[in-house]
Amino acid sequence: MVTPTDDHAGTAPSPPAPRTLRTDLRRAFEDSGSVGLGAYPMGVAFGVLVAHSGLPWWWASVFSGFIYAGSLEFLFLGLVLSTTPLASIATTAFLVNFRHVFYALSFPLHRVRGRVGKAYSTFALSDEAYAVTAGEAARSYPGRRILWLQVFIHCYWAGGATTGALLGSVIPDGVKGLDFAVTALFAVLAIDVFRTRRDIPTPLLALACALVARFVFPGQLLLAGFALFTAGLPARYLLTREERTRA
Amino acid sequence: MPDTGYLIAAVATAVAVTWALRALPFALLAPLRSSPLVVYLRKVMPVGVMVVLTVYTLRDFDPHLPDRAWPTALALAFTVVLHLWRRNVLLSIAGGTVVHVLLASAVFG
Repeated sequence: MVTPTDDHAGTAPSPPAPRTLRTDLRRAFEDSGSVGLGAYPMGVAFGVLVAHSGLPWWWASVFSGFIYAGSLEFLFLGLVLSTTPLASIATTAFLVNFRHVFYALSFPLHRVRGRVGKAYSTFALSDEAYAVTAGEAARSYPGRRILWLQVFIHCYWAGGATTGALLGSVIPDGVKGLDFAVTALFAVLAIDVFRTRRDIPTPLLALACALVARFVFPGQLLLAGFALFTAGLPARYLLTREERTRA
Repeated sequence: MPDTGYLIAAVATAVAVTWALRALPFALLAPLRSSPLVVYLRKVMPVGVMVVLTVYTLRDFDPHLPDRAWPTALALAFTVVLHLWRRNVLLSIAGGTVVHVLLASAVFG
């Protein structure tokens, strides 16, 4: 999930206070606030969808607590409901979450101590956790503050999903079309990432790939669409590089 | 309805892939950091992935079924316009979904 956040990191020059557990906890809680406002309601939306899918409510807690990757979970729910083969689930997870690979370039994992701490810190390296630690200031945070920050965000998401699943059972069955939230989520995220670069050929290439996949491989839209797109990108990279060198 | 064994295997698969993508690059990515293709992919992939996923969620869109097609088309247009105007992720998703539910349940339902 990509949620716009205010970077508190840059605006909080920490006075030289004693590094107590309480200080780290309080700072982590403050840092997590802005993304919490986005993560919690999004979790609720996911939980409502789980409840409406007919699965028991606690699967919302299991999905959100263990997979802990917002946009993948919305897709995942649809995939498991149609008992999609595990290989397709793995491919989808790979492609949807591939962006996390790049978080390693700047996330301050070196501040986190111990094997268990590092293991949890990479496990819980969600978009939100990355967003609040992407600032220069976070590179000097105590490891404990980073870990607690991640725990808080994890709790907002899983707590939101559980709340939504429990509330969702209350929504009457006559209410149809809640699953549009997934379409809206991806359309909105597409607009937001487009805004950061204003590169028109890439979304057009992706749209063409997806539509070709939709009509030529209707049963394998996701796989075929991503395969065409990821093959098209290096091709376009080579073409535009040729143009650049010729110019 | 999928059975519990399948669901557990599916969750485990998604967790393994996601965690690997988050953890392994700390060890593996350092030498590729300056590769121009990696830099290029990092910049252009996200928007394309989101577009493919949007189309995927619309895969059952069928203009021959107006009772279902109209709510989807109108709600999508509403979501996009609302987002371009207010730039608020939660507001756009909630607004689009409410419009879709109203159209699908009450107007065309």
